[in-house]
Amino acid sequence: MRLSGLQRNVLSLYRQSLREIRKKPIDVQSNFRGYARSEFAKNVTLDKKDFAAIEYLLRKGQRQLEIYSGPGIKSIVR
Amino acid sequence: MAALRTSTSRLLASTRPHAFRSAIAARNYATVEPVSAAAEAMSASQPPVSPKKTSTIHEQGQSPEARTKTFHIYRWSPDTPSQKPKMQSYTLDLNKTGPMMLDALIRIKNEVDPTLTFRRSCREGICGSCAMNIDGVNTLACLCRIPSDTSHESRIYPLPHTYVVKDLVPDLTQFYKQYKSIKPYLQRETKSEDGLEIRQSPADRKKLDGLYECILCACCSTSCPSYWWNSEEYLGPAVLMQSYRWLADSRDEHKAERKAMLDNSMSLYRCHTILNCSRTCPKGLNPGKAIAEIKKTMAFT
Repeated sequence: MRLSGLQRNVLSLYRQSLREIRKKPIDVQSNFRGYARSEFAKNVTLDKKDFAAIEYLLRKGQRQLEIYSGPGIKSIVR
Repeated sequence: MAALRTSTSRLLASTRPHAFRSAIAARNYATVEPVSAAAEAMSASQPPVSPKKTSTIHEQGQSPEARTKTFHIYRWSPDTPSQKPKMQSYTLDLNKTGPMMLDALIRIKNEVDPTLTFRRSCREGICGSCAMNIDGVNTLACLCRIPSDTSHESRIYPLPHTYVVKDLVPDLTQFYKQYKSIKPYLQRETKSEDGLEIRQSPADRKKLDGLYECILCACCSTSCPSYWWNSEEYLGPAVLMQSYRWLADSRDEHKAERKAMLDNSMSLYRCHTILNCSRTCPKGLNPGKAIAEIKKTMAFT
């Protein structure tokens, strides 16, 4: 299946977050992974043609990734 | 006091009949007809739902001699990203409202719809928080009089070509990043002779007048078409004016580095002297002139 540019952006954001998670201590990686997955899962029902909403969520995701990938963030608890 | 110029000339133009106004605006303002320009500037792919299709929220307890005016305000909430932005209409009695647009917005938030979101702080044009696009002109809501003509409906949008955080709140992260990149502080290695303050002659101090008053409200940058299309690389009028403020400072010793940083095709030379910046500045400053001065110093050294 050929993916649109926007779909590739979403996937690249997900992969980027997985890579950032690997830089965290091993025992808390599952916490981060669960959080990242749940953030993506929140919006899986979004219409794939709703470009404005997806673009907004992408920007929001990038901002979140930037914050959570900082070395000060040791773990994440929900 | 020139810095606190009132916006009467603009508002005189905006209270005239509509057809006449657009003719004037087309001559003075280097964009298309202001109101439609604002709508287009929001997003060409996704214009907000027109006020005709949304409900109007009326104020409670109308008196018979009320001067009721309609305000169309851009609304969008990040909590429901799949809902399209829309123009929400509100009516207010001008007799009970203060003279400025910000008074109207605060009154709507207090008494009609507490979910309306906008930035505000000083309410006297010194903080630059309430920058927004009112009737097609970027200005500070606290310095913009409500046109007393009640038949004319005011339209309020966030600053054009910015990502919207919510309703009238723009995301200025990029703007602040660019401001940081020009190093807006005194750079100097040598101490003054007597080890006290670094002094400046009155003539040198005078060069900073008209530059230091900028409050970084981003009205000028977001009115610049060149900045709309190249906001990643072009610094924009506000940041360039601050850059010149440090280039013009007699105490700064890193002028060569500052100039070297601007010496590429994007940072500075995307300014095509459209001069929307000088026209829109709510503080009456002249970023266009500051940019021209930078170009001059770059050319003659």
